[in-house]
Order: sequence, then structure tokens, then C-alpha cells
Amino acid sequence: MIRMFKAVMAVLLLSMTPALAVQPDEVLEDPVLEERARDLSKGLRCLVCRNENIDESNADLARDLRLLVRERLVAGDSNDEAMDFIVDRYGEYVLLKPTTRGANWLLWAAGPMMLVLALAVALMYLRKRSVAGGAPEDRGLSETEQARLKEILDE
Amino acid sequence: MITELGHFALILAFMIAIVQTVVPLIGAHKRWPGWMAVAEPAAQAQFLFTAFSFGALTWAFVTSDFSVRLVTLNSHSAKPMLYKISGTWGNHEGSMLLWVLIVSLFGAAASIWGGGLPPTLKARVLSVQASIGVAFFGFILFTSNPFLRLGNPPFDGQDLNPLLQDPGLAFHPPFLYLGYVGLSMAFSFAVAALIEGRVDAAWGRWVRPWTLAAWIFLTIGIALGSWWAYYELGWGGFWFWDPVENASFMPWLLSAALLHSAIVVEKRESLKSWTILLAILAFGFSLIGTFIVRSGLLTSVHAFANDPERGVVILAIMAFFTGGALALFAQRAQAMEAKGVFSMVSRESALVANNLLLAVSCFVVFVGTLWPVVAEMAFDRKLSVGAPFFNAAFPPFMVALGLLLPVGSVLPWKRAKFGKTLWRLRYAAALSLALAGLIWAMQADKSLLGPVGALLGAWIVSGAAMDLWQRAGRSDKLARLMRLPRADWGKSVAHAGMGVTIFAIAGLTAWQTEDIRVANLNEPFDVGPYQMVLTDVEEGRGPNYFTTMGVVEVTRNGRDIATLRPEKRVYPVAQMPTTEAAIDYRFTRDLYVVIGDAQAGGGFTMRTYIKPFANWIWGGCLLMALGGLLSLSDRRFRVAAGAKKTTAQGAPAE
Repeated sequence: MIRMFKAVMAVLLLSMTPALAVQPDEVLEDPVLEERARDLSKGLRCLVCRNENIDESNADLARDLRLLVRERLVAGDSNDEAMDFIVDRYGEYVLLKPTTRGANWLLWAAGPMMLVLALAVALMYLRKRSVAGGAPEDRGLSETEQARLKEILDE
Repeated sequence: MITELGHFALILAFMIAIVQTVVPLIGAHKRWPGWMAVAEPAAQAQFLFTAFSFGALTWAFVTSDFSVRLVTLNSHSAKPMLYKISGTWGNHEGSMLLWVLIVSLFGAAASIWGGGLPPTLKARVLSVQASIGVAFFGFILFTSNPFLRLGNPPFDGQDLNPLLQDPGLAFHPPFLYLGYVGLSMAFSFAVAALIEGRVDAAWGRWVRPWTLAAWIFLTIGIALGSWWAYYELGWGGFWFWDPVENASFMPWLLSAALLHSAIVVEKRESLKSWTILLAILAFGFSLIGTFIVRSGLLTSVHAFANDPERGVVILAIMAFFTGGALALFAQRAQAMEAKGVFSMVSRESALVANNLLLAVSCFVVFVGTLWPVVAEMAFDRKLSVGAPFFNAAFPPFMVALGLLLPVGSVLPWKRAKFGKTLWRLRYAAALSLALAGLIWAMQADKSLLGPVGALLGAWIVSGAAMDLWQRAGRSDKLARLMRLPRADWGKSVAHAGMGVTIFAIAGLTAWQTEDIRVANLNEPFDVGPYQMVLTDVEEGRGPNYFTTMGVVEVTRNGRDIATLRPEKRVYPVAQMPTTEAAIDYRFTRDLYVVIGDAQAGGGFTMRTYIKPFANWIWGGCLLMALGGLLSLSDRRFRVAAGAKKTTAQGAPAE
């Protein structure tokens, strides 16, 4: 029974062990290059996972991509060249930080534009509140208030 | 049998909710007291029946009744009891039942503690709340019924996703839902006020405790989820800007804004229509969150097994409630004339700035989350928007918010002098600048992240402390400090918590160390100041998994620090491996060890991280929640809650 348990477990462990994210055998000798590779990896999406970057992913495909990034860097590519190389192969989907090309400027500008718009609206509101005839007690009575006052005085 | 009773109770609750939606609404319109009074017992009965129904489902999970389809799909007889219980809400159908349970819980709570509310407002609030219930009862009964039986029950179940079998995650959904759904109360108040056509200081005071409660739960829920990700997913990430995380973060940002704008309504009778709009949007974003999690529209690490058809129904519910409320808002908002007058430099203006920054930052998260869908549908581009985008686009708003916060929180109401206020904060400013300078000088690489985080953290925390200190007056400080209203304490504690969290996130990100290597048995290696050695690797089995456990001895200059046991588990039923990191928690740092595969040449892959100030992230969240609780327990709310005597006057300005 115990032997069977161990056998079953060995099969299970072999068939479905998670490879941890970055493996020691992937790490480059040159610490500067490795650092660059890690940085780039954090901006690349693991294509078979749900919203994970390849630096953190356990999938085989992520490992392939990590190795590819390192290969390009060792071959002397700059960061941009390496990224372009990968985007050419895998498409824009692989980039976790979208470019500013095409309609994407909208995505990047959305926050600042909204901020400017909101600031304008807020300033208009604040101006209105601060010049609305000074303190409320300085303003004369409204018509209804006058009528009510008259009512009270007449009683 | 119990399952069928639960099913029946759910249908009854559905019927009661329909009655509760229609009758009090008509009653309030026609001023018929009898019809309005239906709301209260209906709300309580609805809650009791829903609670019974939820209890019945929990019972099916606890007793592993595999004739219930949902139990078969999500449970297993060998699963520990805690996870049998949490399995009830660890799936789509059960979690929707929890959702609607909380809707009715809040409705019942409002019917019990809403004694001070005018009868028409109360009837309308409970009616709107019940209408939300109707939508979700219907959704559960017609598309996601948890009580369906199987013709041929299997011998055992298919087990819960092992990643979810964890104490942190067992309690994460209930808190999150209490927060999400708690915002339905603010929504109901907003819609009721729009129908009523009246928003005054009293409204601001009534809506605040509900929003505060929801916000506290949301804070705890998000913190639990992020803590879970930190220790469970195996690389110590705590926030991924994942669509599902964003879905919980957006209501948090908006409810934080709502909390602050409701103060202005309560104390100064301004910002009324904006506050109403925020209340509608905050709950609207909760619904969007529910939609995102369940529709499969966006891919995410957390999503439930999802189903586009159900997504469409949730989309329709969302469109109905948010759209309907916004239409009502457009029609009625003009009627809400602001009363308070204040100058450009005043507490009111500072709170406007707070709302502006929180709302715009929420908008950024929203656009980033939905952009992949927009880009694909409108521009035919398949692209991703991930953490790097949010990390660039979001923090500037938080930096601005953090810089403004201490100034805003000590500015007087109505009219203030900017220079004078800054002068009051001179010690806080000096302290935080000095700390940031020191860190800038000390750290090896010239990254701004650490110093800026320290600056903001110290500025906010010391600003909150100075606020309290100056409130206590000149003489007999300590006694007066203790007598300050709890709301004042709550405000300072919550703000300080925010400062702690900002500092911790910046510090952890800037100063983390990582080590990846093949560790051979009994061969020591250094990570930072620590000496580590893998002394043993044991194979074993837990209740429903197999494990490979490493034993790592950690010393520092010969002194024992800890023995860590990182694990790799395999859950045979769910066919899924997980990593269980071993973490040595200390006040100023976490030591985080993960064990990986056995290598061909002997030894095991090991990753070690030193994560400075990791605990502070959640410590800060806890402080925020504690601050909220203190504020919630303030006399103002306790008195306002039960007493019928209190008239609908604004709270005295402090």
C-alpha cells in the first residue's frame, strides 16, 4: 500500500510539478544583463496564463520567452530591439505596458485629461461657492422667507 | 430535505422582496402609513429566509451531500472542515447567495437601526434595497441555482480549487462582499433621496455610517486578498493590477471619496448632488466588479469558472440599476441647491480636492481595466494593459493626495489662511523632509521610490499626530486628548494607516532583495545578512494533498533566526500543484523562502526574498479599518441611530 502510494505520488509529482518562475539555470552570468532581462520580463505577458508576466509565471511558454529575451540580450540587442523582436513574433498582446501608438494615446491621456477637466469643473464650483454673495447672512431674504417673516410678524 | 427547504426559503425571500419593493414605494408616494410600514417586517423576514437558505447550502457542504450538484463540483469528503464551510462561497452560485444574503442583511439592519429616519425616506430606502434583492434573487433562481440535485450522486466530490483552501482566502470573500454590497445601502439612500427630492445635512449623517461600514469591510477584504496573494502565490507579489483586483479597488476608491464628501453634506450642506452621484457610482462599480468577475470578459487570475450568458444577465442588472439611478439623477439633481458658502482655501475645498483625486484615480483604473476590450472591439487590436501601465499612471494621483492630506485635514472650515495652516504643520514637514533626505543619502542606488515613499509616509503619519495634538488645546493635554470625540481619533488613525501603507509599498518595492539558486543539502549560502542551509527535504501527505517539504535553517552571525519549512503541494483530486512559501515574519522585514524542483545534479531550486516592511502594508490597512471603526462608534452616530428624538438638524459644526 505504502509502495503504491509512493509510486502514485512520484508519477503525480513528475507529471505536474510547477516549475518555479525564473530558474537558476536561466540566470545569466553577467549581472547587468540579467538585471536588464528581469526588467524586460516584467513587462512581457505570459501568453498562456491569466494576466501574469513571464518573470513570475510557471508555464513552459514563459520559460521559453525568458530564454528568448536572454538570448537576444546576449546577442547584443538593446532593450528596445529585444522587445521589438518579441513583439514582431508574438504580437502586441505580449506587452503588459501598452505602447502609445495609434488609439492607445487615449488610454495614456485619459487620466491627465480627466484631471484637467475635473479641475476645471471643481474650480468653477469653488468660485461659485466662494462668491455666492459672501456669507449667507449677508444675502437678503428670499421672497418666500420674506413672506414667512411677514406671516410671523402678523401673528 | 434541508436542501429543498433552503430552496423553498430562497423562493419565499424572492417573493417577500418583490412585495417589499412595490408596497412601501406606493405607500410612500400616497402617504399611506400602513403600506409604508410593510417595509420593516418584510426586510427582516427577507433576511431570515435568505439566512436559512444560506444555512441550508452550508449544511449540504458540511455534510458533504454529493447529491447536490454544487457540492459535488466544489467539495470533497477529505477536505478540512473550514474549507468545507468556505467552499459554500468559493463558487459562483454559492457566492451569489452570499451576495444576496448580505443585501438582505443590510436591509434588515437599516430597518432595525433606522429609527430616526422620516417614515417616507425609510420606506423608500428599504424598497430600493429590496429591488436590488429582487434582481439578484431572480438571477440566482433562474440562472445559477445552487440547490440543484444530481440524479446519480457520485461517491466523492471534485474538490475546491486548492489555491482557495487557505484561511486568508476563506474569509476574504465575505468581507469583500460585505463591502461591495454594503455600498448598496448608500445607493438605496441616494435613490430614495432623489425620489424624495430632498438632501440635507441629516441625509448626509444617515448615509455616512453605512458607507463607513462598507468601506471598512472593503478595506479588510482587499487587505486579506492581497495578503493571501503575498504568501500563497509563491513570489511574494501583493498587488497585480489584475482586473478582479481592480474591480474591488474601484469601489474602494469611490467609497473613500463618498465618505469624505458626505462629511461636507453633513456639516456644510454643500456638494449634495456630487455626493448622490458618488453613491450611485460607488455601487455601480461594485456591480461592474461582479460583472467582470463572472462574465469572463477579462481574463484574470482570480476569476470564477465563468459563463458569458450569466454575464449578460448581470450586465442587464447593472445597466438597469446604474442607468436608472443616473437618469433619475439627471432629472432631479438640479433641485438640490447647495447652501454652504466657503472660500477657495478651506476644509471644504480640500475635501473637493480629495474627491477629485480619488475619482480621477478611479477613472484611470477603470480605463486601464477596460481598455483591452475597447481596443479589441473598436480598433481590432488585441493588447494587454498590465501592472506596468498602472504603476506608471496611478501613483502620481496618490502622491498628490498624500501631499495634500495633512494640510487638508487641519484646514478650518469656511475660510482659512494657507500659510498659517502650513506653519502649524512645520514640525511634520521638517521631520518628513529630514527622513527622506537621510534615506536618499543612505541608499545605494539613486531611485526616488524609497525616499518619496518615506516622505509621504512620515508626512501623513506625523501630520495626523499633530492634528490630534493641536486639537487637544494647550493645557492638560493628555486628559483632553483622551476626551476628544472618537471621530477625531478615527480620522487620524485611518489617515496614519494610509501613510503607513504608502510607505510600506514604496519601501518593499524599492528595497527588496531576491536570491535564486540551486540549494544542495547541507551547503550553506548567504542571502543579505543571513546564512541559510537546506538541511532536509521530507515527503509527506496532508488531509487531501501530498507534500514535499524543505527544512531550511536560517542563522545570522551564528545566531539562530528561524527554521523555515517551505512546501510544494500536489492536490491529486483537483490535479493541481501549489507552492507554500515559508515566511519568517518580523517587524521590519519578512524572510520569504520558496522551494522548487529537485535538480538533475542534486539539490533543489530555491528562491529567497528579504522583504522589508512587508507587514506594514497590511498593518496600515488594519489601521485604516480601525480608524473607520473608531469613527463609526462615535457618539454622533450612536445617538442618531436609535433615538427618535433627534430632529433632522445638521450636526453642530466642530
